[in-house]
Amino acid sequence: MKGLNIELYKKMCLVRKAEEMIQYYYSEDGMKTPMHMSMGEEAIAVGVCHALKAKDQIFGTYRSHAIYLAKTQNINDFFAEMYGKDTALLKGKGGSMHMCNPDGGFMGSSGIVASAIPVAVGASFANKMSKNGKYVAVFFGDGATNEGVFWESLNAACLMKLPVLFICEDNGFAVHTPKSEREGYESLTDIVSKFNCHVISEETTDVEVIYNLTQDGIKLMSDTSMPLFLHFRYYRYLEHVGICEDYEAGYRSREEYLKWLERDPVKLQREKLLASGINDMEIKNIESVITEKVMKSITKAKEAPFCRNDELFEGVLV
Amino acid sequence: MRSITYCDALNEAIAQEMERDSSVFIYGLGVPDHKRIFGSTNGLVERFGKERCFDTPLSEDAMTGFGLGAAINGKRPIHVHIRADFLLLAMNQLANMVSSYRYFSGGKLKVPMVIRVIIGRGWGQGHQHSKSMYSIFAHIPGLKVVLPTTPYDAKGMLISAIRDDNPVIFFEHRWLYWQAGEVPEKPYTVPIGPANITRKGKDITIVSTSWMNVEALKAAEILARNGVDVEIVDVRTIAPFEDDLIVESVLKTGHCIIADNDWVECGFSAEAAARIYDKCFGRMKSPIERVGFAFTPCPTARHLENAFYPNAITIIRAIEEKLGLEPTDLSGEEFYSHENRFKGPF
Ligand SMILES: Cc1ncc(C[n+]2csc(CCOP(=O)(O)OP(=O)(O)O)c2C)c(N)n1
Repeated sequence: MKGLNIELYKKMCLVRKAEEMIQYYYSEDGMKTPMHMSMGEEAIAVGVCHALKAKDQIFGTYRSHAIYLAKTQNINDFFAEMYGKDTALLKGKGGSMHMCNPDGGFMGSSGIVASAIPVAVGASFANKMSKNGKYVAVFFGDGATNEGVFWESLNAACLMKLPVLFICEDNGFAVHTPKSEREGYESLTDIVSKFNCHVISEETTDVEVIYNLTQDGIKLMSDTSMPLFLHFRYYRYLEHVGICEDYEAGYRSREEYLKWLERDPVKLQREKLLASGINDMEIKNIESVITEKVMKSITKAKEAPFCRNDELFEGVLV
Repeated sequence: MRSITYCDALNEAIAQEMERDSSVFIYGLGVPDHKRIFGSTNGLVERFGKERCFDTPLSEDAMTGFGLGAAINGKRPIHVHIRADFLLLAMNQLANMVSSYRYFSGGKLKVPMVIRVIIGRGWGQGHQHSKSMYSIFAHIPGLKVVLPTTPYDAKGMLISAIRDDNPVIFFEHRWLYWQAGEVPEKPYTVPIGPANITRKGKDITIVSTSWMNVEALKAAEILARNGVDVEIVDVRTIAPFEDDLIVESVLKTGHCIIADNDWVECGFSAEAAARIYDKCFGRMKSPIERVGFAFTPCPTARHLENAFYPNAITIIRAIEEKLGLEPTDLSGEEFYSHENRFKGPF
């Protein structure tokens, strides 16, 4: 368990550090891409991705920093793409909202709410057809479940018994619109549980708990050939898009945030490591190694060249 | 060579490709039902099983994304819609996802998917079951858009589309389904891109799409008796749109009519006209004329429907006007009529 918890901590630390550095450097205007920050949801990304095997595939939304790093660990590519450089996999064609690294199992993320969900379902159909044992996980916000295509996709996946994990990262808001102004029902998971799939819902920021629940869920899926719907609550620390806080805007309160901050996933996991007997120095060592790694990636990305202009026309068609 | 229908040519192309490549599968509303998409999916479920030939929920949007997901994971899906109008429910996936997935994967992922769509006039089908709209898709970079006219092209282009690593939207006019023509039994491909000269002539060029090729040919036959020699270019592919043959033909004849199986306004005919003006500027004997659907939603009453759709007579009159000819007496002519052919229900 100790080893596992260190691994989970390292991954969350990488995500948190990467985003702190985005906050730090964003004003220099080198990263010309809108940032939908993941701060507050690290436990979901890391817990779920850690439960998946390397060969498994994931899809996401514009809010994908955490899942991209949790799945691929590829911090160099991550920052190269944020800076839009030639050294990035996408050479700056994707940016923060459209990350894609198929070799690392990150199959793409979309800026149109809910639109990656059916693609994930089709990807899992292909895997089932090929009998390659791969699972596909698709991450989306609670707002995405307002879209018709979410229900269409859930229905198809349940009907076809596909190995797909639907992960709803629920922060209660779609931009600034609260659930109460978007949903004509009390409980999403009640409705989803009427479908032929497994539903696991938990109000936790403990990455180890999320990791274990996901593992349990995957076990259920393999026993029954039914999809899995995971629902986790979290609190988005920063504004919807951008690197700042927005508690002065009036749609939510700082008090609420401070309450969530007490059980911040990164902090929680750190405390767990301490309680398990790992001393503060060891943890600080882990953290400084990660910080250094992140800083190196940023330096590399800044120094890298942009791609040629004629790259513009590359990759539209084969 | 044997002669088979357009519908059978499509069916043969799919069956042969499914036989050849186990990653090909076909799906969509009604694909394995007893009507079999007007017969074009006959025998597939029996031969290849429900795994590779299946029906879907009424979820055009999701099932399009589904095809994309399967395609980027190495399969070759063929998604079928019995009406182009239903594609609009999948517009988000088509325009925001399917078309650009290769680009935003940094060229890493291929999107080998085919979307078969049936267009065409039916039997009082009305404004929600008769659209063509292919130019809308050709407007979007990353989608290939083809519309074969002959049975030979139907088979060859569908095989090309299935083997293509890009998304191809494949428009099939309902009335072409029973047109027969020579089609080789063995699999073969007709390249996506180039147009085809279906009738040689020296006096005027008709650039036509899909069913309008049939009408153009009829018009040409009638006018030939009056000494007018019409050249017909079947466009076949509107994205990527290769205009060489069209330009060559217009430079030869000096006159051009574009007969499109769609609305004229902001449609494919505008793109074609712009290209022709660009490349034939100052070398034409008359301005380009465009023929297409009336700019209204499609009505159902037969006389209004007849007024909505252009046909061979529309083309004949346009040519006469352009060349300054007296109107031909058409009273003894037999034109294509679906009165005797088409009793519904589609
Ligand atoms: C189809 C669509 N409609 C509207 C938008 C604008 N928009 C961007 S993010 C967002 C909120 C989505 O909320 P949620 O799914 O809960 O995700 P979160 O941002 O909370 O992670 C909206 C409405 C969009 N991108 N796509």
